[in-house]
Amino acid sequence: MDNTITVTQVIPIEMYVWLSAALFAIGVTGVLLRRNAIVVLMCIELMLNAVNLLLAAFSTYLSDASGQIMVFFIMVVAAAEASVGLALLVMIYRNTKSVDISFLNKLKW
Amino acid sequence: MIPWILLLPLLGFVFSGLAGKYLPKALTGTIATGAVFIPFLLSLTLFGRLGQEPAMTVTLFDWLAVGDFHIPFSLLVDRLSVWMMLIITGIGALIHLYSIGYMHDDARFHLFFAYLNLFVFFMLLLVMADNYLILFFGWEGVGLCSYFLIGFWNQNPEYGKAARKAFIMNRIGDLGLLLGLFMLFQLFGSLTYSEIFSRLETMRLAEGALTVATLLLFVGAMGKSAQIPLYTWLPDAMAGPTPVSALIHAATMVTAGIYLIVRSAALFQLAPDTMEIITYTGLATSLFAAVIGLRQNDIKKVLAYSTVSQLGLMFLALGVGAYGSAMFHLTTHAFFKALLFLGAGSVIHAMGGEQDIRRMGGLKSRLPQTFWTFVVGTLAIIGFPLLSGFFSKDEILASVFLHSSVLWGLALISSAITAFYMLRLFFLTFYGKFRGTDEQSAHLHESPLMMTLPLMALAVLSAAGGLINLPELFAGDSGQWLANWYEGGVQEFQSAGHQLSHAVEWGLMGMASFVAIAAIGICYQIYVKKADLPREDVALKGWNRWAANKFYVDELYDAIVVRPLEKGASWLHGVIDRRLIDGFVNTVGALPSRISRFARLLQNGNIAFYLFGMVLGIILILILNFVMGTDLL
Repeated sequence: MDNTITVTQVIPIEMYVWLSAALFAIGVTGVLLRRNAIVVLMCIELMLNAVNLLLAAFSTYLSDASGQIMVFFIMVVAAAEASVGLALLVMIYRNTKSVDISFLNKLKW
Repeated sequence: MIPWILLLPLLGFVFSGLAGKYLPKALTGTIATGAVFIPFLLSLTLFGRLGQEPAMTVTLFDWLAVGDFHIPFSLLVDRLSVWMMLIITGIGALIHLYSIGYMHDDARFHLFFAYLNLFVFFMLLLVMADNYLILFFGWEGVGLCSYFLIGFWNQNPEYGKAARKAFIMNRIGDLGLLLGLFMLFQLFGSLTYSEIFSRLETMRLAEGALTVATLLLFVGAMGKSAQIPLYTWLPDAMAGPTPVSALIHAATMVTAGIYLIVRSAALFQLAPDTMEIITYTGLATSLFAAVIGLRQNDIKKVLAYSTVSQLGLMFLALGVGAYGSAMFHLTTHAFFKALLFLGAGSVIHAMGGEQDIRRMGGLKSRLPQTFWTFVVGTLAIIGFPLLSGFFSKDEILASVFLHSSVLWGLALISSAITAFYMLRLFFLTFYGKFRGTDEQSAHLHESPLMMTLPLMALAVLSAAGGLINLPELFAGDSGQWLANWYEGGVQEFQSAGHQLSHAVEWGLMGMASFVAIAAIGICYQIYVKKADLPREDVALKGWNRWAANKFYVDELYDAIVVRPLEKGASWLHGVIDRRLIDGFVNTVGALPSRISRFARLLQNGNIAFYLFGMVLGIILILILNFVMGTDLL
């Protein structure tokens, strides 16, 4: 255990920040540009996990466990959210035979 | 006991108003009559007790308490107020009884009695108050009831208009009264009669302050007691049922102004300028209304103008300081004018609602009881020797003569005109041939006992009412019972005295009697022997036409007050309200709607677009925060 901590601490914290920033940016770009609802959902997961990574990294770096506990909470909530989102998608698919979100634009003006 | 006098009519009002609808009419009427008659009996016992004590005060509760300022809800029963209470409840009870018969087929019978009881309550409150604020409370209350009752038959929009007119005209007077009260409070720091009058002796007041205050009180009295220039509401108030005219617009409410001035006599005594104005206003009203009365053809309108004229005579008496005479005439006038109105009501009832004396005539044999009581009332008002009106008018004329013989002459002319119009009314109604339709002729009937009984009671009072205050000439000092009685209890009445020599007094009395008797002769010649019928309004010429049209005073008020007000109001409505205020408010409302017509296009339903906006916002915040150094987070 101590070993892992040292290893992670050897890698500078900036690397983690850059990595999660990159993941987050990829997620945002995906949400903004992709029209397939499943991909959009996946991109949201990507953004969430980018934040999780950051939390875990800082938690280890500062030797404070509360960040990792937060990660577990986020994962639980994300799982629930993903199941609801997927269920919604299934219903949408049944009604429109498509998962293209650009068709879902009835609610306007 | 004193609070019960007030409480019973109020309870009667609540009872008739709430339960009267579900009870037989006779029962409602009887209970309402009882709610006025029992206070009459109570007032009588109080009247008996006042022989020993000068005044009784009862404090019920503290009505208003602001800092050091207290208005207790307290009642004062002294010789002045108990006399008014006797008139109000006594004549009130008779008129209630009469109304049971008169209103028997009215659908809103219970409501009528509820209003009548409420009126009696407020009127009693007015006279029993022991400070000006409670008086004002009653003052407003009687105005309100008067409004309700004038417009009682509100299915006719004209009647509703008359009610509104009465209410608004009264409001003008009330404003004066209210300002007068403010001023009294400012001057004396109190509104209680006894405090004001006792401070009057020790305080040094600014020059003219009292004149202004009393003038304002007189404006209030003008409105309520129908004096020039605020008299035009009273003739129109005849739209109400006849018992209302008898009770409110002849016997009680319109005398509130007289009562106010007599009550405040201590103040008026110190304001000679105001007294002068009261004298001339009273005299002018008396003459003017009498002349108009000469050419009216509506039986109730004639009586209404006669009331205005007689009230003017009372103010004339007040103006020359003869408070006792004014109260005496107030009393006898209450008797005979209530009698005349109820008699007129009986005639109208028999004629099936006809009020035009040109369509009547010959009712003498058809309505014998009404006729004989009407004879007594007419003779009393024209001052036929030894009837009540003779004594009270004689007293006023004598007091006026002491003041100035010119005023006396004018007052005598006024009472001569009074004799003419009353006799004209009397002869046209009861003598000659019947001029109505056949249908009316078949319908003619004497009124039921319930209606003739009050007539007879009032006839006895009208005939014998003078006995309460015989001239010194007839029965010496002890004969002047009413004057002596007041002098015993109310300080301001003591000025009276008997300065006229007996010879002069005999002369004045002879003149007045001669006028009355001559008028009977002349009117008999014109209206019975020559059977001269009043012409239709369009055929009239000269002053006749002016008098028949009430000297166009209503039209004048219309032109100088009502129409400019309406114009102003419609300008305010059209320009200020519609364009300016509405315009501003509507613009404020329309602006967001205009803007959002474009702004709503942002909500285009494209989720990616929203997210893009969100991300853009976050990036903007981050840039502001980290690059430009603004402390947003």
